[in-house]
Amino acid sequence: MSEMVSNSVRKSEGESGNEPVIVADKLTRYFGRKAVVHDLSLSIPRGGVTAFLGRNGSGKTTTIRMLLGMLEPTRGSSRLLGHDSRNLPPETRARIGYMAEAHPLYGWMRPAQLADFQRRFYPRWNQELFEAIVAHFRIDSKTKAGQLSRGQRAGVSLGLTLAAEPELLILDDPALGLDPVARRLLLETMLFYTRGKGRTILFSSHQLDDVERVADHVAILDHAILRASCPMEVFRGRVREVVLRFDGQAPPTPSVPGLLRTQRFERELRLTVANFNGHAQELAARAGAAAVEENELGFQDQVLAYMGDRGDESFFLNSLRAEA
Amino acid sequence: MPLRIVVATGSSVPIYRQVVEQVRLAAATGRAKAGDALPSVRTLAEELVVNPNTIAKAYGELVREGIAEAQPGRGVFIAAKRSVYSRAERARRVEGALEEFIHEAVCLGMPEEEIRALFEKRLSRADFKQGEDKP
Repeated sequence: MSEMVSNSVRKSEGESGNEPVIVADKLTRYFGRKAVVHDLSLSIPRGGVTAFLGRNGSGKTTTIRMLLGMLEPTRGSSRLLGHDSRNLPPETRARIGYMAEAHPLYGWMRPAQLADFQRRFYPRWNQELFEAIVAHFRIDSKTKAGQLSRGQRAGVSLGLTLAAEPELLILDDPALGLDPVARRLLLETMLFYTRGKGRTILFSSHQLDDVERVADHVAILDHAILRASCPMEVFRGRVREVVLRFDGQAPPTPSVPGLLRTQRFERELRLTVANFNGHAQELAARAGAAAVEENELGFQDQVLAYMGDRGDESFFLNSLRAEA
Repeated sequence: MPLRIVVATGSSVPIYRQVVEQVRLAAATGRAKAGDALPSVRTLAEELVVNPNTIAKAYGELVREGIAEAQPGRGVFIAAKRSVYSRAERARRVEGALEEFIHEAVCLGMPEEEIRALFEKRLSRADFKQGEDKP
């Protein structure tokens, strides 16, 4: 019933139910002469969990801040829930939950006071949900926020954000500095949130095991450029490793469309390739390899292939061994 | 005993396929019997702490392969029929297993004749009735 009500609200604001909840169109931001985000175009449909991945400094936080209208893009534009990010109406803003990096809270307030403060801004405030989340994180709501552990602060932040019943949840590195127990509680809470129909999460993270569990869409930013954005299952299937073995010294890397990374060993080249065409034998013949093998990769190796420096890599241990 | 499914992150096998393969194996070995209920998508997703879409996808695949059947409003159950692969798919799977077997044997230095003899011996011991519509 409540779903029908919120649908009609959406329509009255001139949105169609099928419109993506996040659209970025060539979003670009310079700090000085350095492009921190370059020509980022992205579309995230309603429902589902998108993981936003990339090294520190790759532009994730800057992108998130532009999406939320907290930072003006140098070029390009974005829309959240159908409204231009630079001009989000307060009603729309109230339907978006945002948790900043490092879970900042007013240290002198107790969780219960924080909730009393926050609820005034949110018409759909769900106090029961706030209390359930705080209890899930085993937090005594009488402790001052400044005395909470990092994991507990994350729990309070999450409670404050989710109790507003947002349709779109944007979390900037929510797992930062959390111990394994708190990380698991965070994941459980995120999955609990997605129970609601048509709810969408965008979260950035470095915890690839966690991402593999909860994300159904993966977006990878590297050096200011969005290098991948696709459903998790597509990503898992399409980034593969091709190992070429040689009788002697491995030759220069052959050209392969979609090549992400080359690892060079004494008589072996390991190529990580996106959308490999499957013609492994042909590639082996062209490169003069004695044998070829195609492997599936774990999620972590797949993601790392997008983040490494371009060009050949070899383990520094190899050169150490050679000297010994 | 209800079928216990576990998943591991960091594997080269995606989570949805880990689920598919465990149910497939349980059905093939008789650990899960025709008519056994699979946990609901939400229950399993919460138990394993994974995205429910991943579990839904795994169940979808099991239904497509004929290993499980969806009964609208009731849930997903292990299906009665088990031989569900096309000839080509069956050949592909068996060849994959064979490849691994030969690779292991060669790596361990077993002579060709011994591999052959071992294979023959195991084959003669296999019960070809097994797996056909066992109750």
